[in-house]
Amino acid sequence: MDSGIFHTTYEKDMALRRTPAQKVRLVLLIAFLLVFPFLANRYYLTLANQVAIAVIGAVGLNILTGYTGQISLGQGGFMAVGAYSAGILTARLGMPWWGSTIAACFITALIGTFFGIPSLRLKGLYLAIATLAAQEIIIWVVTHWRALTGGVDALVVPDPVSFGIRINSDFNFYWVAWSIVGIVTIAAVNLFRTPYGRAFIAIRDQDIAASVMGVDLFKYKLLAFAISSFLVGLAGALTAHYRNIVTWERFTIDISVLYLAMIIIGGLGSITGSYLGATFITLLPAVLTNLGRALKSTFPAIDSVLPFIQQATFGLVIILFLIFEPEGLNKIWKNIKDYFRLWPFSY
Amino acid sequence: MQRGFLNQLNSSTLKPGETQLKIDDVQLNFGGVTALLDVSLEVRQSEILAIIGPNGAGKTSLLNCISGLYRPQHGRITYYNGEAHELTRLKPHQIARLGIARSFQNIELFRHMTVLDNLLAGAHIHMKTNLLSCLLYWGPAQREHLQYRRFVEDIIDLLEIEAIRYNTVGSLSYGLQKRVEMGRALAMRPSILLLDEPMAGMNAEEKEDMARFILDITEEHGVTIVLIEHDMGVIMDISDRIAVLNFGQKIAEGTPDEIRQNPLVIEAYLGEETSVFPFKFHPKTETSD
Ligand SMILES: Nc1ncnc2c1ncn2[C@@H]1O[C@H](COP(=O)(O)OP(=O)(O)O)[C@@H](O)[C@H]1O
Ligand SMILES: [Mg+2]
Repeated sequence: MDSGIFHTTYEKDMALRRTPAQKVRLVLLIAFLLVFPFLANRYYLTLANQVAIAVIGAVGLNILTGYTGQISLGQGGFMAVGAYSAGILTARLGMPWWGSTIAACFITALIGTFFGIPSLRLKGLYLAIATLAAQEIIIWVVTHWRALTGGVDALVVPDPVSFGIRINSDFNFYWVAWSIVGIVTIAAVNLFRTPYGRAFIAIRDQDIAASVMGVDLFKYKLLAFAISSFLVGLAGALTAHYRNIVTWERFTIDISVLYLAMIIIGGLGSITGSYLGATFITLLPAVLTNLGRALKSTFPAIDSVLPFIQQATFGLVIILFLIFEPEGLNKIWKNIKDYFRLWPFSY
Repeated sequence: MQRGFLNQLNSSTLKPGETQLKIDDVQLNFGGVTALLDVSLEVRQSEILAIIGPNGAGKTSLLNCISGLYRPQHGRITYYNGEAHELTRLKPHQIARLGIARSFQNIELFRHMTVLDNLLAGAHIHMKTNLLSCLLYWGPAQREHLQYRRFVEDIIDLLEIEAIRYNTVGSLSYGLQKRVEMGRALAMRPSILLLDEPMAGMNAEEKEDMARFILDITEEHGVTIVLIEHDMGVIMDISDRIAVLNFGQKIAEGTPDEIRQNPLVIEAYLGEETSVFPFKFHPKTETSD
C-alpha cells in the first residue's frame, strides 16, 4: 500500500473538485468584474456596488437560513446594527472607516447571537416570529435612543478616506466592496467543506441525528447566528460608509423580506444562489424603473399608476419564480450548465 | 493483500467481556403510557447484544434513553470507559463524545449531503480545528480534512459503498441508505454502536450483507453492538446474547439457545403455536417517528 498515492488522490479529491468548465466560468467572472468599472458609467457602478453589498448580506442570511435551517426575519435589524455601529464609531469617535467596519461586524455578531438564543427552543415559523421580534426591537431602539443614534433623524457619516483617497466614490468603492465579496465567498466556501459548515447542514437536515453525532445544537445554532450576523453587519457597515448617511427606514422589515426573497429565489443553501438572488432582486427594480420610463414616454396616461405597476410586477415575478422553479435561480443555472454539458463542443 | 485499517474504528479501552454499559431499573413514562418498566441490562465490551420484542415493546425507547434523547423518570444508565459516567444526566452530544453512536429505525441521514459528507459529519467529534483556520482552509484545517477523508475511506471500503461516495444520500435506495447510516455512526469510532432495526425492509441478500458487516465490525474492530432486529434467523445467527422486551419489561435474557427454549418467550410470542422456529415479528410499517 502506497500512502503517497492516497495522499495525492485525496488532496485532489478534496480540492473543490472544479471541472475545467467551472474554472473557465470563474476566470470569466473575475475578468468581467475587473474590466467592468472601466466601461460602466456612474449609474451602473452604483448598481454594481449595491449588488456587492446585497451579495454579502445574502450570503450571511443564507448561512443561517439556507444552510442551517434557521429562518430569520431579523435581517433588516441586524443590518441596522451594523450600519449604526459603523456610523456612530466613525462619526462620533472618529474611528477610521475600516476600523469601524470591523468593529461593526463583531458588534452585530454579538447582538445576532443574543437574538439567536430562542432558536434552541423554537423552530420554523415560531423562530421566524422570534426573529421578527428582534427586528422590531432593534428598530425601536434605534429610533428611540436619540442620544446614541440620533433617533429618527439621519446619522451623517464622514467620508471614508484611506491614503488620502476617498473610498466611497462609486469607482473606488467598487474595488473595496467587490474585494470584500471575494474574501467572503472564499471564507463561505471553506466553511462548508469543514466541520463547522457540515454541522450547520446536519442541523438543518436532521437535528436529532446531528446531536447524537456529537453536535452541540445550542453552540452551533448560536455560531450560525454569529457568523451570519457578522456578514449581515458587514453589509450594513458598508452601506453606512458608502451612502454617508444612516437612516432607520433603510432597515425595516421590508428589507428582511427582500433578503429572504433573494435567497429563496437564488437558491437556499447555495453560495452561487446567494449571488444570483442578490443580483436579481437588486437589479429588478432598476430594470422596472427603466421600463416604466420607456412606457411613460409612449403612454403618458399611466404615469400615476406606474409605481403601483412596478410594485405589482416585482411581486408577480417573485411569485412566478416560486411556482415554476421552487429551487431557485441556482437550479436554472444548473440546468443551463447541464444543457451545455451535452453540447458536442463543450469545454 | 488485505488492506489494514489506517485508523482504529473502535475507541474503547476496555477488555472484551468487561461491563461497558449498565442499565439499572430504568422506567420511562409518556403521560399514562409506560414505555419501560424496571428494565435492567448489561452490555459487555465487544459483544453483539440483540434486543427483541414485538412492536411497541419499548426497544427504541431504550436506545433513546441510552443516547440521551429520552430521559427516564427513574433508574440509572452508567457507562464505563475507565471511569463511570451517568448518562441520564447528559445531553445527546455529550453522550456521543463518550463514544456511543447509533443509527435510527427510520433513517435519519443528512439527506442533502453526499455519502462522503455524511461520513465526515459522523466523525464530527474528532475534528478539532478552530473556526478561523477552517475559514481560511489553511494548514491544520486542510491536514485534518485530509486525515479524516482517508479515515472515512476505510469505512467506505468496509461497507462496500465505493461506487456511491459522491452521491447525495437522498437519491439512494433504502438498503444503501441504511448502510450509509451505519457508516456514519462508525465514523464516530464508537465504543458502542446502537443499531435500531438496521435490516428492516431489506431483501435477503441485503440482510446477509448487513449481517456480515456487523460481524466484521465486532470481530475485526471489537466494537460493541446493541442491535434491535425482527428477523429471528439473523438474530440467532449473529448475536452473543439476546434480551427480550415485552410491554416495556425485560422478560428474558440469555444466549440464543437459552432464548429459544425460554417458556416465557415462547408464550409471549408464539401463543398457541408450538413450532418455535422459524417465526417472524411484524416490523412497523409507518415511517413517522
Ligand atoms: N415520543 C413518544 N411519545 C409518546 N409515546 C411514545 C414515544 N416514544 C415511544 N412511545 C411509546 O412507547 C412505547 C414503546 O415504543 P417504542 O420504544 O417505539 O417500541 P419499539 O421500538 O419496541 O417498537 C409505545 O407504546 C409507544 O407508543
Ligand atoms: Mg422501534
